[in-house]
Amino acid sequence: MNIFLILSVLVLIAISIWQITKIFELSQAKKVNTQVADDDDNNLNGKLMFAFLIFIYGITIFSFWSYGDVLLPNSASEHGADYDNLMWISFAIIFFVQTITQALLHYFSYKYRGEKGKKALFYADNEKLEMIWTIIPVITLAGLILYGLYTWTDIMTVEENDEALVVELYAQQFNWKARYAGEDGVLGDANVRFLQDFEGRNLVGIDATDPNGFDDVVVQELHLPEGREVIFKMRSQDVLHSAYMPHFRAQMNCVPGMITEFAFTPNKTTEEMRQDPDITAKVKKINKIRVEKSKELVASGDMALDPYEFDFLLLCNKICGASHYNMQMKIIVETEQEFEEWMNSQQTFAEVIQ
Amino acid sequence: MHTEEDHGHHHKETFVTKYIFSQDHKMISKQYLITGLFMGIIGIAMSLLFRLQLAWPEQPFGIFEVLLGKWAPDGVMDPNVYLALVTIHGTIMVFFVLTAGLSGTFSNLLIPLQIGARDMASGLLNMISFWLFFLSSTIMVMSLFVEAGPAAAGWTIYPPLSALPQAQPGSGTGMTLWLVSMAIFIASSLLGSLNYIVTVINLRTKGMSMTRLPLTIWAFFVTAIIGVVSFPVLLSAALLLIMDRSFGTSFFLSDIFIQGEVLHYQGGSPVLYEHLFWFLGHPEVYIVLLPALGITSEIIATNARKPIFGYRAMVASILAIAFLSTIVWGHHMFISGMNPFLGSVFTFTTLLIAIPSAVKAFNYITTLWKGNLQLNPAMLFSIGLVSTFITGGLTGIILGDSTLDINVHDTYFVVAHFHLVMGISALYGLFAGVYHWFPKMFGRMMNKNLGYVHFWVTAVCAYGVFFPMHFIGMAGLPRRYYTNTAFPYFDDLADINILITVFALIAGAAQIVFLYNFIHSMFYGKKTVQNPWRSNTLEWTAPVEHFHGNWEGEIPHVHRWAYDYSKPGHEEDFIPQHIPLKKGEEELQH
Repeated sequence: MNIFLILSVLVLIAISIWQITKIFELSQAKKVNTQVADDDDNNLNGKLMFAFLIFIYGITIFSFWSYGDVLLPNSASEHGADYDNLMWISFAIIFFVQTITQALLHYFSYKYRGEKGKKALFYADNEKLEMIWTIIPVITLAGLILYGLYTWTDIMTVEENDEALVVELYAQQFNWKARYAGEDGVLGDANVRFLQDFEGRNLVGIDATDPNGFDDVVVQELHLPEGREVIFKMRSQDVLHSAYMPHFRAQMNCVPGMITEFAFTPNKTTEEMRQDPDITAKVKKINKIRVEKSKELVASGDMALDPYEFDFLLLCNKICGASHYNMQMKIIVETEQEFEEWMNSQQTFAEVIQ
Repeated sequence: MHTEEDHGHHHKETFVTKYIFSQDHKMISKQYLITGLFMGIIGIAMSLLFRLQLAWPEQPFGIFEVLLGKWAPDGVMDPNVYLALVTIHGTIMVFFVLTAGLSGTFSNLLIPLQIGARDMASGLLNMISFWLFFLSSTIMVMSLFVEAGPAAAGWTIYPPLSALPQAQPGSGTGMTLWLVSMAIFIASSLLGSLNYIVTVINLRTKGMSMTRLPLTIWAFFVTAIIGVVSFPVLLSAALLLIMDRSFGTSFFLSDIFIQGEVLHYQGGSPVLYEHLFWFLGHPEVYIVLLPALGITSEIIATNARKPIFGYRAMVASILAIAFLSTIVWGHHMFISGMNPFLGSVFTFTTLLIAIPSAVKAFNYITTLWKGNLQLNPAMLFSIGLVSTFITGGLTGIILGDSTLDINVHDTYFVVAHFHLVMGISALYGLFAGVYHWFPKMFGRMMNKNLGYVHFWVTAVCAYGVFFPMHFIGMAGLPRRYYTNTAFPYFDDLADINILITVFALIAGAAQIVFLYNFIHSMFYGKKTVQNPWRSNTLEWTAPVEHFHGNWEGEIPHVHRWAYDYSKPGHEEDFIPQHIPLKKGEEELQH
């Protein structure tokens, strides 16, 4: 398949170069070649401009038809619906403007293609028109700005409360760790200076003199209870990372030397997501691709790929070095009860350093 | 008066003073163009390499080993090299091709010729500016051959990644050279910009009031001002980073544990670097784009045989964009950890930029309306620019909105957006400028049919590459990933990546046509007449043959604006700026 594609690209390139030389020879053969566009050029290129408009519409429709299903994965957090709403409204506006302006631009380029002896209209100014296309964007943007800022404030205002679960996301080249605050709901102080304490068992550098840290739990797989607000505190020990959780419409940089924050409330468990028709369709599609790929792999003596099952993702989304592309952590959203059970089976910091 | 006459005469010039250490703005402009094109070849070739890697991540390519040697053993690219390619591609294209190559070439060529000056205010500074640019290009290219590889922290080189050689191999000597190269580049850019500003303010010919300036000059002038305001801030960021790297200061670093060692840095913040970087970084977008828009305004008006619609609004929108561009940098940092309230402010200012941009787009479209469009390659690229400017600009409404940025930040959606709105648009501006002013630069015409092939293949491929790219971004795929295979979740995006790469390869091939046309026409192109496009601006009143001083005898005086095309009551459909008003003819009030 790949070799076929490479070959077809090479053939296409060869054909285009051949065509180009042919055109070039033809152009040289002409006796009078002023290099300034003549009526034939204007006519041909004007028509091509119109064809190009159809191409732009075509590639838009093609992309939505074939790839529309990958757009904006299903959301699984409470603010996700607001986010998606704003996104689709913005999209609708953009598409409307794009369709109209590209049509005008290319249609005019076609319609008014030059002709010898024709004279253009001397039309230098029209304040009324200009006012119209200043005011319309102003009104549209004012709406978008207001709606956007309202949502932004809503998402970004993090208020500490007793109900919320406090989780620290800890980034390092090239993996993630998470720390839960434990029974007291308070994360113990931490600093990279403590990383070497306890023969490397102090994975995120908790200060062993701070009693708040004793019941903290450090894990390598993120578990979240459904329907409860989670306040994330992000840290990094080396370079910038970014905690990106696309299904929760959540992202925040992890900055060495400071603690950053983001909060959301998961509203779908991993199980519920796996039952979702969109997700099952996607998983089916991906597994089909993986089966195909496995056939090639097995033929060349390699291991077949594991079948894929949906899980929420935490990705690193700020360039951080060689293995940036593989810095990930699994997120499991489960019911409150399952979460409590899992949490009880984890070792606290006090137990780890004993 | 006497000295002015003197300047018009031919100087005796040796080979060195004419072709190498020339102080003539026309020669310097050619030097900028050729150096810029050379850097462009490197930058585009790099993009094709990493596109191959992204489309077929598991496929070894012999070409990788040929070009990258030990960094691609058996044709398998090293992840660090992938990041280096992305980094240097970005740096070269943004700074060396689209800043120096575009603005350097056309500001130098057109400012003196279009305002009616013998040369730049200071020919010497102008020469120094070019040679500093050349030096910085040389250092940037040299950094590709460093043992541990060139800088690889992304073109934004955020510390600590860029500050610590322990964090990635490219942050050693490669990064030092990157910083030195950029510091020299900034010095070059500042000298150039100051020269442009002084020249436009002081050396306009008689009658060339600011309101009669062609829009090209307005764009170059304002671009130079933005450059002078913002480039020094990048220089300070680079200097502080050098201090952190080499002298143990902690401006940007704090609390770092790397490779089993706690480093001594305390109290610095990478967020500070981000502020400093983007204080230039965002205006830089307009430093790249405004000259392209200026060039397009001129070419669209000339070839539509119509006055540019809304000259005053065009100038006002250039000024508005320039002003706003300096107060929007925070939209690159919505999720950097800065206070969300600041994010609100930057959302507001950012979305405001859409207003002058919309005015510009509509004015271009109205200029085409009822024109007599001469669709030569320069005109096609200009129309193409308006098209990509609209497509790319519109997605800015999503990215500029702090809320929506949360999920598409640093994904391929961003890559698609900025490539269309500034990368492709500015490249189109560069191509349009080359096709249009090639006769002025080299006294010969480029082959138009090859130009047509170049445009149509490039135009189709540009959309073919960047339109589908929005989709993989919306799917949540982060940029700067060496491969997506670590996430089975993204397996269904492989097809799109292949499609994009195929289009990119064809687009790359189309640029060979341009290069061939450029070099061939330079020596064998058809000789040009003095004013081949029947244009109004002053550069076409200067003789085809180049000499230091531009005009034999007196510099023409200006009596009208640059856009008297198809004015009623005149035989010809153009009236050059130096033609006096006819008796009873009214000058447009603008």
